[in-house]
Amino acid sequence: MISSLLTQVPAPPVPPGTPAEGFKAPGVEDFNLPPIFEGVPVLEWVDKVSIQFIVAAGFVWLFFALATKDPKVVPGRLQFLAEKFQGIVRDQIARDNIGPEFRKYVPYLVALFAFILVNNVFGILPFVQFPSFSHPGMAYALAAITWLIYNYVGIRKQGFGGYVRLMTWPPGVPGWVRVILTPIEFLSNFILRPVTLSLRLFGNMLAGHLLLLVFIFGGEYMLTVADDLVLNVLSPFAFAFAIVMTFFEAFIQVVQAYIFTVLTASYIGASLADEH
Amino acid sequence: MVQGSLNMVGYGLSAVGPGIGVGIVFAAFINGVARQPEARGQLQTIAFIGFALSEALAIIGLVLAFAI
Repeated sequence: MISSLLTQVPAPPVPPGTPAEGFKAPGVEDFNLPPIFEGVPVLEWVDKVSIQFIVAAGFVWLFFALATKDPKVVPGRLQFLAEKFQGIVRDQIARDNIGPEFRKYVPYLVALFAFILVNNVFGILPFVQFPSFSHPGMAYALAAITWLIYNYVGIRKQGFGGYVRLMTWPPGVPGWVRVILTPIEFLSNFILRPVTLSLRLFGNMLAGHLLLLVFIFGGEYMLTVADDLVLNVLSPFAFAFAIVMTFFEAFIQVVQAYIFTVLTASYIGASLADEH
Repeated sequence: MVQGSLNMVGYGLSAVGPGIGVGIVFAAFINGVARQPEARGQLQTIAFIGFALSEALAIIGLVLAFAI
């Protein structure tokens, strides 16, 4: 009865020129991917992102395992690539930021850089095209590992009291400033460091992917909207800008992997620093 | 008819600050390399750390704009 009444109500008049249904801008809800094994009891958690993480970890392991399986004095192509990668991380990230004891942190930094880089490049890799770190879970996990490492090595090197003193008691500061400075230093070094470390990676990946979504879906909408020649003609520019932004994303992805590693090394270096 | 969250307008305004900060960081980096090209490697690491620290403000703003 009611439904039949509702069908009698005429649709509100649509002003000429406006599309029948408006453009729905992509938002964060576009990042919620459906589970792949719907209803299977054990595998409910599997979605595209977790598969990407597993593939990335496997790829990094396989790459370095193959590259170093049969090391030669004159390296082959694969071994050269792996050595170059490890050399960049060792010389430009670890040695510059950690100091003389950098050598034992190189494996962690190399693995971290490679893992984040592969996961970020998934964002523009054709047929994958989803940056895994636009879901913050693994970013929190990596930041937690970094947090544990730099606190652990700091406490082991300086002792607990010495480490807390190093982190919250910068030398050469007048007493009345310390009232403000020490809480800020504590907050910054123990709480905000892992938070910003993970949110930086997550936020960059989310924002970059959202930008691409806006331009590509916007371009598609402009192309397919009927009765609006201006939008149809303008739509290739949206696609062109999406391509430009894809290259920009490639740059950002490498930079973010680099920054995560550099900051990890720099935190470790700050924990190991001798007090002046 | 424009629809959306006012959060995004606020975020756009607040992103001005980190934008200026990132600009200053890289301006100083370029100045430093121009004065002393052999220090490029060391300066690059420092510049990227500075870039990351000021960029963190914009990223936190972005996350809060979506979260709140």
